[in-house]
Amino acid sequence: MGLHERYLLKVEGLTVSFDGFKAVNDLSFYVEPNECRVIIGPNGAGKTTVLDLICGRTKATDGSVKFKNQELLQMREDQIVHAGVGRKFQTPSVYEDLSVFENLEISYPKGYGVFGALAFRRDDTVQARIEEIAETIFLEDLLTEKAAYLSHGQKQWLEIGMLLIQDPELLMLDEPVAGMSVAERKKTAELLNRIIKDRSVIVIEHDMGFVEDIATRVNVLHQGKMLSEGSMAHVKADPKVIEVYLGH
Amino acid sequence: MTFSKNSLFTRQELIGFIVLAAIIFLLLPAVLDNFRLNLFGKYLTYAFVAVGLALCWGAGGILSLGQGVFFGLGGYCMAMFLKLEASTPENTSIQSTPGIPDFMDWNQLTELPFWWVPFHSLTIALIAVVIVPVTFALIIGVAMFRRRVGGVYFAIITQAFAAILTILIIGQQGFTGGVNGITDLRTLKGWDIRTDEAKEVLYFVNAFLLFGVLLIAQFVRKSKLGRILIAMRDQEDRVRFSGYDVASFKIFIFCLGAAFAGIGGAMFTLQVGFMSPTLVGIVPSIEMVIFCAVGGRLSILGAVYGALLVNWAKTSFSESFPELWLFGLGGLFIAVVMLFPNGLAGIWTEQIMPRITKLWAARAGAVAPIPATSTEEEGAI
Ligand SMILES: Nc1ncnc2c1ncn2[C@@H]1O[C@H](COP(=O)(O)OP(=O)(O)OP(=O)(O)O)[C@@H](O)[C@H]1O
Ligand SMILES: [Mg+2]
Repeated sequence: MGLHERYLLKVEGLTVSFDGFKAVNDLSFYVEPNECRVIIGPNGAGKTTVLDLICGRTKATDGSVKFKNQELLQMREDQIVHAGVGRKFQTPSVYEDLSVFENLEISYPKGYGVFGALAFRRDDTVQARIEEIAETIFLEDLLTEKAAYLSHGQKQWLEIGMLLIQDPELLMLDEPVAGMSVAERKKTAELLNRIIKDRSVIVIEHDMGFVEDIATRVNVLHQGKMLSEGSMAHVKADPKVIEVYLGH
Repeated sequence: MTFSKNSLFTRQELIGFIVLAAIIFLLLPAVLDNFRLNLFGKYLTYAFVAVGLALCWGAGGILSLGQGVFFGLGGYCMAMFLKLEASTPENTSIQSTPGIPDFMDWNQLTELPFWWVPFHSLTIALIAVVIVPVTFALIIGVAMFRRRVGGVYFAIITQAFAAILTILIIGQQGFTGGVNGITDLRTLKGWDIRTDEAKEVLYFVNAFLLFGVLLIAQFVRKSKLGRILIAMRDQEDRVRFSGYDVASFKIFIFCLGAAFAGIGGAMFTLQVGFMSPTLVGIVPSIEMVIFCAVGGRLSILGAVYGALLVNWAKTSFSESFPELWLFGLGGLFIAVVMLFPNGLAGIWTEQIMPRITKLWAARAGAVAPIPATSTEEEGAI
């Protein structure tokens, strides 16, 4: 055994170029176990693209993403999920034609192969776990409801629940409170504070009050590059950040 | 509660299966003469394809416009066996090379091609009925789905395969019987398949196989795989980023649809007594999609009704106005897509069932609680 690995995720020199336009440009950052990292930055800064690169949705042009010392850039999307990386999309992505229960069940980490899925049974363990998660995401009374009939905020919670049921070591959330009412926002903050324990989380968020509440460290992204990194207080005091982002 | 059990049928679905079984096993044989029964038997062979499409397209969102390929491959595998059995040296003694199928002799072949030889065996032919279509589907599926080709592009490519196979069959007359197909099929292991009695037996064999296929389809729909298909149709990326290899699920369901279609094709050959490229190409492939759409593409039982009704309409209609049929079919398709996107099954579950339920509730008065109608898609039988 070598030294205890300090970082869960190591992003180094990450670059992607869309027809010459570098949406993410030579980006490096390191995420420790159990930390909550927040990425902020103006629209189009490349925040979503960073998550896309880590989870394999977009292929990187250059650089390296190491998760628990495994190179993710060479892995298929589903393998990255099995390695322990979960990702929530910016727009809520749930299966509208299925019930809340079925949405959560599909994410239950068992029966991933074709024949595993055919043989999968809803036993008491599955049922209990789904009910437990449903309670965490405030949807315990809506298990039989079709996901299409949920409110926007409830869909966001459902998608978070679909990730939680897999218990990922690294959870990546893209604007989890966007489009939520004030009441829903408060409940979500409470939910996030509960679920960021015992795992590392990367959150993209615009809401500053919210960021201050949950962040261990903050990365400020601007035009695909890292503008500043540090505690919220440090970042807030950085003149470069004030100029491009907070000053607006 | 809908989520508490693993049962194969809801009560509604079970009733649906029983009603269909009663129609196919009791009603049709009772009211139809032998000729018409054989005709309905032929319609039911298309139902195999339509059920496969209900899974692929209805549940999984994978539209194949080339199911005729698999129907044809299954049908040809069966026809090759029957043709070889019919081409004994005694039966073909007037040919310049006795013992080979007549169309080969006409095309100056003097020897049975090597790939025809295994089809002397019924066992091999029966296995081939399923394996050949599945192998083709596997190759197409791996090539397309691994490259993430989907939607309209996939539909067009399957269409191209239907065209290619037709052209191949027609062009290679000496090996395939060309545009006439493989005709003059007589016996199956000595049992004459052309008699009225044999046709009746084959109708029931076909019906049993169809129910076997329906049960498999129902099992798939009710499994987690069935729900993953629906999930993929809505949010492919979410499924992928929940840890599933989406392509392998698409390949599987496409192959399953091909296997169903192959069995249907073989039963067509047995009941109708020939197999030809007119059943393989673009037009029949699109017709098969229409059977499924009319029945309600989400519903496996609807697919069977769709195949029966559209084909019955086709026969009746084209007896009187043969040249108008294609327009009629096109019109029907547009009408269904525009007005009843969930087809007959949709009309049943959305229009008729709620009314019946309401009537029941009204009759029962205030005593009985109103049974909740299922809004879930799986509720559509
Ligand atoms: N697949 C792609 N092809 C071409 N350009 C892309 C692609 N994906 C993203 N971009 C571009 O990269 C830039 C960064 O986009 P990204 O979605 O990462 O921004 P963001 O920081 O998440 O913004 P927002 O706050 O609006 O969500 C944008 O200019 C976008 O147009
Ligand atoms: Mg974004």
